[in-house]
Amino acid sequence: MAEAVRLCRTQFVAAYPITPQTPIYEKLSEWEAIDELGGSMMRTESEHSAMAACLSASLTGVRAFTATSSQGIALMHEMLHFASGCRAPVVMACVNRTLAVPWAFWSDQTDSLAQRDTGWMQIYCEDNQEALDSVIQAFRIAEKVLLPCMVVLEAHFISHFMEPVDVPDQGLVDEFLPPVHIPRRFDIDNPGFVAPVVTQTQYRDFRRRGQQAMEYALDAIEESDQEFGKTFGRRYGLVEGEDVEGADLVLVTTATITSTARVALARMRKKGLRIGLVKIRVFRPFPTAALRALLDGASRIAVIERNLSLGREGIFCSELKSALVNGPGEHHIQGYLAGIGGTDVNPELIERIVLDALERKEPTDGPVWMTEET
Amino acid sequence: MPMEENTRPKEILRSGHAACPGCGIALGMRMVLRALGNRAVVVVVPSCIAVISGPFPNAAADVPMFHSAFEIAAPTAAGISRALALQGKEDIPVLAFAGDGGTFDIGLQSLSGAADRNEDIIYVCMDNEGYMNTGIQVSSATPQFTWTGTTPAGNTRRKKQIMEIMAAHRIPYAATASIAFPEDLTRKILKAKEMRGTRFFHILSPCITGWRIGEDMAVKVTKLSVETKVFPLYEVEDGLKYTINHQPGDLPVDRYLEVQGRYRHLTPEKTAVIQAEVDRNWQELVMRAARNPKN
Repeated sequence: MAEAVRLCRTQFVAAYPITPQTPIYEKLSEWEAIDELGGSMMRTESEHSAMAACLSASLTGVRAFTATSSQGIALMHEMLHFASGCRAPVVMACVNRTLAVPWAFWSDQTDSLAQRDTGWMQIYCEDNQEALDSVIQAFRIAEKVLLPCMVVLEAHFISHFMEPVDVPDQGLVDEFLPPVHIPRRFDIDNPGFVAPVVTQTQYRDFRRRGQQAMEYALDAIEESDQEFGKTFGRRYGLVEGEDVEGADLVLVTTATITSTARVALARMRKKGLRIGLVKIRVFRPFPTAALRALLDGASRIAVIERNLSLGREGIFCSELKSALVNGPGEHHIQGYLAGIGGTDVNPELIERIVLDALERKEPTDGPVWMTEET
Repeated sequence: MPMEENTRPKEILRSGHAACPGCGIALGMRMVLRALGNRAVVVVVPSCIAVISGPFPNAAADVPMFHSAFEIAAPTAAGISRALALQGKEDIPVLAFAGDGGTFDIGLQSLSGAADRNEDIIYVCMDNEGYMNTGIQVSSATPQFTWTGTTPAGNTRRKKQIMEIMAAHRIPYAATASIAFPEDLTRKILKAKEMRGTRFFHILSPCITGWRIGEDMAVKVTKLSVETKVFPLYEVEDGLKYTINHQPGDLPVDRYLEVQGRYRHLTPEKTAVIQAEVDRNWQELVMRAARNPKN
C-alpha cells in the first residue's frame, strides 16, 4: 500500500494511527524521514482532521492520500461528504475492521460500506497485488472524475498477509499517472469562494452534477483499467465473471472471500458441479450494467459477504437485488453472511454454501448465517 | 511607518456583506483582512463569519475563501498552507477565521493538533461569547452569569481561558486584539504576518442581538471591555513572554456590564463575583508579564 503511494509520487499524506492501518502510516513516515517519500506528511490528532487537511490540500492542487480503518473512518464521516462535495480527488486506503461495540480487530466490511452515501468511489480488493494496483488506478480515476476514491482492503487477510507482489516500475507508473493536474481552487490572482451557502434549487443541481460524475466514473474506471492492463499486464474490471454462462448457481463475492471461492469452486467443478463466480470489485459507482450483463440470465444466485446492515441483510446482496430488479430475468437470490467479525471463511464453508444454495427451494428474505462447522 | 497605509488601504471585506448592522465581527474581519492584504487564502467555518462572507454567488471578501466544516478551521488552513508550500508558494499566508464555538468548543481538538505541529497558519478567533449564529446559546466562551437562550437563569460556568490554553502550546505568537483599538490590532496582524508557525488571535467581537446592545454600541462596549480589564490587550511570544499592550483604566466591571441587556438580571453580589474574577485574572496577567525579560 505504502509502496503504491510512493510510486504515485503522492505529495501530501495526513494520517492518524489505528490498528490495522498503522503499517502503512509507519512505512510512509519511515520514507519521509529518509527523504524518499517526496512529499509532506502531517501527523494529525485525529482522522477527522486528517481528512480535513487532505481535502483542503487537494483543493489547493496537490495529490493527497490518507489511510484509516474502522472507528477512524467512522469519525471521518462528516469530512467524507465534504471531500466529495468539494470534488476533491483524495485517495484513501480503508482497511476493513470491525466497528465497536464490541471491540475487535478483525476484518469486517461494514466500516467502509457504512460510507456508501458519502459520494466516494469504492474499490474492494481481493489480494495484495490488487490493493497495490488499485491505489495507482485510484489516483488516475479520482483526478479524472474529480471525486475521491477509497481503496478497500481487509484487515489481516490483506493488511498483514505476506505474499509476493509485483511492484511496478517507477517509469511505467509515471507514464500511467502523469504529474498531478487538478484545479487549484485558491488562486490569489483570481479569488473565488469554495463551498458557499446555496439555495434549494442550487443544492439540487449540485447533487445532480455529483450523480453525473459518478455515472462518468464507470467509464473512467473502465478506461483506467484498460490502460493499466496495457501498461502493466493486469486488469481487474468493475466486476469479474468466471464460468457464469450456463451455471446452475452463480456465487457473488467481494474482496478476499473471492480467492477462497476460486479454490472451492475449482474443487466442485471437478466433481461436475456447474458453478459460476462473480466478483464485485467496484461498489461505488455501482456497476449495475456490468452486473446485469453477467447475471440477467442467472436463475440461482448466492451472495457471500462479510458485512451486515442490521435489520436488513448483507449490503452487497441488497445492492445486487436492486440492480437486477428491472432486468428480464427471474432470480432466486440468497444472501449468506460468512466471515462476520473476521471469522474464517475456508473453502469447505464455501462448499457448504454452494450445496445449501443448490438445494434451497425458496430464498429467504433475510440472510443465512454461516458459522464454523461444529 | 506603514500605519496609515494599513489603516486606510484597499478594503478586502467589501460592503454588501451579510452581517447584521453594527456587527462586531464584521468590523473585526474588515480590520484583520485589510491588514493581511489580498495576497492570502482565508478559511472560514460555520459561524456568523461564514454568513457574513455571503451566499452563492456572492462573495464579500476579495481573497480566495473556503467555507470549511465547523470543527476544522485549523487543519483545513494547515492543509492549504502545506500544499502551497509544496507548490513553492510559502509566501502566501493562510488565515483561518472561527467563532468561539469553533475554537473554544468543537474545534479545540483540531486547533490543539495544529498548534502542536506548529502549522504555518494564522488563526483568528472572533469571540462573541456564544452560539450567536444559531440564535444565542451558551458556549464555553460565555462568561459567568451571562444570559443566553440555553442559560436563561445565567451561565453557571466561568469563561474558558483560551489564551492560556494556546500559550501552553508554546506557539510562536498569541495575541488578544480589539476592534476598539484598530492600530494595535493592525500592528499585531502585520507582526504575525512576518512570522512563521502557528499564530493565534483572540478578538472579542460584540454581537448586537446576543449581547442585547444597540447597533452603535459594538466599539463602545469593546472599549469598555478593555478599560475594565475584562478583556486586556496583550501578546504572548513562544508561549511564555507576555507583554501587556495597553494599560487599562481603573473602571469597575459594572461599567461594562450595565450597558448590556444580557447582564440585566445581575445582582450586586454577582457583579462582585465577576469583579473579583476580573481582578484575579488581571493580577495573573501582570505577574506573567513581569516575568518577561523584555519588559
